[in-house]
Amino acid sequence: MSFLEYAPAPESTSVLHLRKEYGLFIDGEFTEGTGGTFQTISPSTEQSIATISAASEADVDRAVVAARRAYDRVWSKLSGADRGKYLFRIARLVQERARELAVAESLDNGKPIKESRDVDVPLVAAWFFYYAGWADKLDYAGLGANPRSLGVAGQVIPWNFPLLMLAWKVAPALAAGNTVVIKPAETTPLTALIFAEILQQAELPDGVVNIVTGAGATGAAIVRHPDVNKVAFTGSTAVGREIAKTIAGSDKRLTLELGGKAANIVFDDAPIDEAIEGIVNGIFFNQGHVCCAGSRLLVQENIHDEVVDRLKQRLQTLRIGDPLDKNTDVGAINSAEQLARIRELSDIGELEGAERWSPDCELPENGFWFKPTIFTNVSTSHRIAREEVFGPVLSVLSFRTPAEAIAKANNTPYGLSAGIWSDKGSRILAVADKLRAGVIWANTFNRFDPASPFGGYQESGYGREGGRHGLGAYLASAGSAASVVTAAPKAAKKGAQR
Amino acid sequence: MTTPPGDLVAKPTALELIDGPVTDASLRRYLDGLPGVDAVGLEQRAAGLGTRSIKTTSKAWALDRIIELIDLTTLEGADTPGKVRSLVAKAITPDASDPSTPRVAAVCVYGDMVPYAVEALGAAHTQPGAGHDAGGISIAAVATAFPSGRASLAVKLADTADAVDAGADEIDMVIDRGAFLSGRYGQVFDEIVAVKEACRRSDGSFAHLKVILETGELNTYDNVKRASWLAILAGGDFIKTSTGKVSPAATLPVTLLMLEVVRDWYRLTGEQIGVKPAGGIRSSKDAIKYLVTVAETVGEDWLQPHLFRFGASSLLNDVLLQRQKLTTGHYSGPDYVTID
Repeated sequence: MSFLEYAPAPESTSVLHLRKEYGLFIDGEFTEGTGGTFQTISPSTEQSIATISAASEADVDRAVVAARRAYDRVWSKLSGADRGKYLFRIARLVQERARELAVAESLDNGKPIKESRDVDVPLVAAWFFYYAGWADKLDYAGLGANPRSLGVAGQVIPWNFPLLMLAWKVAPALAAGNTVVIKPAETTPLTALIFAEILQQAELPDGVVNIVTGAGATGAAIVRHPDVNKVAFTGSTAVGREIAKTIAGSDKRLTLELGGKAANIVFDDAPIDEAIEGIVNGIFFNQGHVCCAGSRLLVQENIHDEVVDRLKQRLQTLRIGDPLDKNTDVGAINSAEQLARIRELSDIGELEGAERWSPDCELPENGFWFKPTIFTNVSTSHRIAREEVFGPVLSVLSFRTPAEAIAKANNTPYGLSAGIWSDKGSRILAVADKLRAGVIWANTFNRFDPASPFGGYQESGYGREGGRHGLGAYLASAGSAASVVTAAPKAAKKGAQR
Repeated sequence: MTTPPGDLVAKPTALELIDGPVTDASLRRYLDGLPGVDAVGLEQRAAGLGTRSIKTTSKAWALDRIIELIDLTTLEGADTPGKVRSLVAKAITPDASDPSTPRVAAVCVYGDMVPYAVEALGAAHTQPGAGHDAGGISIAAVATAFPSGRASLAVKLADTADAVDAGADEIDMVIDRGAFLSGRYGQVFDEIVAVKEACRRSDGSFAHLKVILETGELNTYDNVKRASWLAILAGGDFIKTSTGKVSPAATLPVTLLMLEVVRDWYRLTGEQIGVKPAGGIRSSKDAIKYLVTVAETVGEDWLQPHLFRFGASSLLNDVLLQRQKLTTGHYSGPDYVTID
């Protein structure tokens, strides 16, 4: 037998206690939605996991009303220390239920358990811990003394890191004193609903966080709702553009975290073995469903062949399959639609003349799967070098001089992240200085920390999440207009009556 | 995992590779020209490999293979012929309660203890690589003023020749870390070449040479990488992490790095060099992490006694306990394995 064909080591699903049906989490309890229901399936088997309510416009209104009430009556009146207490509680509960959350995430999203267990869920806890600490220190957030919360935050998050994106949105919003209406992605609502149970366990005051599930229409209803003061969206550039149009002219604040087509630049003096790991981590982490994925590999010409050769060898040891197996490196593609898009763009890549390569590996019969794929001989004009594939597809390009690397890296409408691999510190700093990207990693890739701001340039969106900057997205300085919460006359009247 | 670059490719000599006579300067040019090592990335990769979950049939295979890769070691000032005989008996019959238990690869002792090991092994004594399937055990001797290496070259060579004459099949030498750290690469190179020559037996064959880098004293990963290349260029058959007398001894990142060097050498020349982490590997769980690292870095081919060894003493008993657990379904305890 072959040792490398490790015997199956599946994570047990016995820690999960899922319900058959989930309603909407509004005002502290689960209620039925009026927009019909849909199934959430496991992308690795296509089997249904649970029935989920879709929130109609009326449901979203209920959620926003609950959030406004909680804001006016409870949350905005709590001291920062008390808000922090709830956030610390949530963080600890996330840690306590880490295994359950990890299993649910892998089941619903298709990502390997080793990633949900070692990356997603620990970061979720870290985010809540980090912003819990900020809750009573808002005077130091960079907005002067006594910065004010904005009111009700409407948040729409994607399916690639379902719970982590929720944490990125909810933690700073609550720390800053806002209340929340959040919509998880249609294909991955499960962990958000378990998170709702955690909120109940933490005895977070009713209505401070409301979780409404549904498709695009639900998200649009949140964004359009007149009593929402702040919109935060992570997802595709196309939807982000729609949102920006929708709320133009209103006094809603907006942060967008959109797509990317990051350049990962490898210089000839790079620590080569670690660079190979970084390239693999950059594009095949989470099946490439990462907005900041290093999808364009720029390799210095003199080491191009060697890097590609080593990369191919390394890819042969990647293990693709059951997301719940602890040895799986690459899991399932999240949905049939996404798989179709990855296939389409990859086929176009081949048609346009790039050379396609994938390792020999068997894919499971059911579910949505795509082999890790490398394209060589890619030109900057190829669609696979320009458009975000959002899948395990790497385009390899070469460069000769640092100036060319910088020019090629910046030649994109996006600007979310970039990577530099070199043993020479001065080169790293000089190149980083000229790259137009929100996040630049040196000799590593796809590393996240709650203390570090994250966000993009141009079509990758605006606003920052994480760190002190992320807090600023949910605050206004004491004297500014945005601090006066009178977005809707209805809310103002309520405030007056009291 | 790798395809050999072709049998016809002759192994380049160090001279050809560094393109000129072997001097401090030419060696430095070559070794300093190697790509650097990013410590954070290396340790991250090693930690990642350490999370592999090896269960059921894979675990059973791994436990047996670990035993077959052990250099069962005693390197104490207080060693006696009796202690060595006892060690050899343990090497032959690791688990008295289960005759299906495989034998270890070798016993590793000080040079003066080699005759007692030869005597105790008797018919079970074989050359490394040869007849191991039949349960043969080799004798490894540490030499060259182990563990410090602080002696004249003449003494080191005599030490080596003495152990080979006494019947050692493998010599574990130490490099001169002082010379290496002060940049006298040529001296380290020449010493390895000379010790290799001292491994020659009267019939012209060679005892296998393991070169101990003592990575705990080299301190940086870049140094470990250079020392690994240096040892291979000079003709070492194996590169070994540590003497076990310096802390830290073997670590997973250091072993991963040495395996990467061995893989690159194979890509370059088609020659397979062995790797031996030694010291500090005490549990089956840790040892399995090393197997995973070998298999995923250089390929499963390397999981053979002539290409990978564990230098360990207490590891064996932990593996035996785990093995008993797999067969019987329950944990026993230290009283159910023998002390050597």
